[in-house]
Amino acid sequence: MNPSSTDVRAGHFGQFGGRYVPEALIGALDEIESAHNAAQKDPEFLAELAHLHKTYSGRPSIITEAKRFAEHAGGARIILKREDLNHTGSHKINNVLGQALLAKRSGKKRIIAETGAGQHGVASATAAALMGLECVVYMGEEDTKRQALNVVRMKLLGAEVVPVTTGSKTLKDAINEAMRDWVTNVETTNYLFGTVAGPHPFPTMVRDFQKIIGEEARTQVLELTGKLPDAVLACVGGGSNAIGIFYDFIKDKDVRLIGLEAGGDGVETGRHAATITGGTPGVLHGARSYLLQDENGQTVESHSISAGLDYPGVGPEHAYLSEIGRTEYRAITDAEAMYAFSLLCKTEGIIPAIETAHALAGALQVGRELGKDSTLLINLSGRGDKDVVTAAEYFGIPL
Amino acid sequence: MSTPLDQLFTRTRSENRAALIAYIPAGFPTQEGCKAVIDAFANAGVDAIEIGFPYSDPVMDGPTIQEAANASLIAGTGAKEVFEALAHATALGIPSVVMTYWNPIEKYGIDKFAESIASNSGSGVITPDLPVDEAQPWTAASHSSDINSIFVVAPSTTDARLEKVTAQCSGFVYAASLMGVTGARTGVSSEAKDLVDRIKKVTKIPVAVGLGVSTREHAKEVAGYADGVIVGSAFINALNDADSLDSGIKAVRALVQQLALGVREGRG
Ligand SMILES: Cc1ncc(COP(=O)(O)O)c(C=O)c1O
Repeated sequence: MNPSSTDVRAGHFGQFGGRYVPEALIGALDEIESAHNAAQKDPEFLAELAHLHKTYSGRPSIITEAKRFAEHAGGARIILKREDLNHTGSHKINNVLGQALLAKRSGKKRIIAETGAGQHGVASATAAALMGLECVVYMGEEDTKRQALNVVRMKLLGAEVVPVTTGSKTLKDAINEAMRDWVTNVETTNYLFGTVAGPHPFPTMVRDFQKIIGEEARTQVLELTGKLPDAVLACVGGGSNAIGIFYDFIKDKDVRLIGLEAGGDGVETGRHAATITGGTPGVLHGARSYLLQDENGQTVESHSISAGLDYPGVGPEHAYLSEIGRTEYRAITDAEAMYAFSLLCKTEGIIPAIETAHALAGALQVGRELGKDSTLLINLSGRGDKDVVTAAEYFGIPL
Repeated sequence: MSTPLDQLFTRTRSENRAALIAYIPAGFPTQEGCKAVIDAFANAGVDAIEIGFPYSDPVMDGPTIQEAANASLIAGTGAKEVFEALAHATALGIPSVVMTYWNPIEKYGIDKFAESIASNSGSGVITPDLPVDEAQPWTAASHSSDINSIFVVAPSTTDARLEKVTAQCSGFVYAASLMGVTGARTGVSSEAKDLVDRIKKVTKIPVAVGLGVSTREHAKEVAGYADGVIVGSAFINALNDADSLDSGIKAVRALVQQLALGVREGRG
């Protein structure tokens, strides 16, 4: 086990985490928790998941040294963990394969999911097709527009996509709607939560399915460079790709763990999604963590060019790691992210997801701070095919 | 401790009938309109009132209450308006509680929220997304302020858990009639009676049934086995369907009168 990440009460990370949900869902959460705990100790389950990683999603993902990009980052050594090369194009598949296998083992016939960028939705639709499950994906109407390509992918894969028109019409509202579906259909349905937020056991379970990223990367970096990286960087929406790459490094006290949040137009403008940098503690979507809220405890709408980071909450384990000073968080503006996006395209021949571009922009900053002799490991959480329309509009490329 | 809500159930039990509990979100349809609705509730025969604290992410609510809460939030409703509505209801002599998701309580200050309920003569608070496992700070605060802490249970709640939840409950136990969100429905779920029967095996606290109750017939049916009948979305629909506040209030009054008959017919 990792250094004291959780306290004695299951599902709590210091003062954060827990379960703030209607009583109707307690039984289902208990059921998922015990199925997950049993599966983590079951060689058969672990072998089945490992087989899917190897023969279906393409693990282990490789690392790539980004030498030309590094020239813009103060000459620091930049190593990319290539989650973009996974089947379906992001880290989201790691979690989904695990949860879908659990759903199947529990005899569920139907899965539901929320999605922002569409990557978790696509991964869920993919796993459902593979395992013969019915799949319904809730997606904010705003996001169905800016990630239209992923809507088509989900439909091609046989999933039903429900556009959510309440509230800010983005990820937060998609989660609300998925919760309402789950309360109603809990007997037949598992909710495949897409990030390390939500009520216990989701933050722990999703982390368990994502920590393979850091486990692989730690070994790969040691092999390549002979030492641990000075810093590990990842973008933070709910925080799953970040916790995934951070987790195995928590014990390595000299390795800085840096999460890059979506700064939107700038944290000082109020139009951002930088939850730890610019939020306060409270409860949203079933857990205590940081969130963007007003003086009445109402959730404030977030803003980001990146649908996958456009969320006013964050996983409770990040809140805890931040509080104890083990991790750091910074905000990256839309403009900084789009600059890094373009730079990676032109220096390395890799089109990243706009979410991921926030981590790359962070690498440009941190590389300059740490200088030539440093090594940075970046989680390249996803590829940017889904973002070509947004990028074309941003850079004024005619379609 | 005995709140006005506790005294109400003592009385309705002695009258061998169920209590009619009516819900309205604070600030809906407007700040003043909400007070008019509360007046109508009181005049037409409601026994207890639930003031809803409108919340941005109401995962237990169906479209009717979601939209009402949203309209109220846009109009600027916050804690101040919620307590004003509560004070208005209790000033009419009606036992009243606030129903709120957890985060607004936490943000306001847990102890301070309980104190403000008490200082506005409120009887307690219903917390639909606060499982008892996380509730210790809240039950402690409720206890210090002598108010009821009312938790919601569902058909999926196991007997063992019912015991655990009802042990923390006072005033009444809120039995969600079905697995789902709030909203008017054509019939009352058959799961409701089973749930109430299971609750009655583990506690003597009154049990009130909510979710999907909207007509005199429903009220009569539920009154046959429960101590309280909770109606919410049906009032909001009545207000939404009317072309003016006045005719909406008339419709609310008429519905209350029907429901008040229903809660008295159930044990017949
Ligand atoms: C490529 C990519 N990276 C990151 C994220 C953000 O999620 P998380 O913070 O859970 O990794 C998303 C979410 O959609 C994504 O698609």
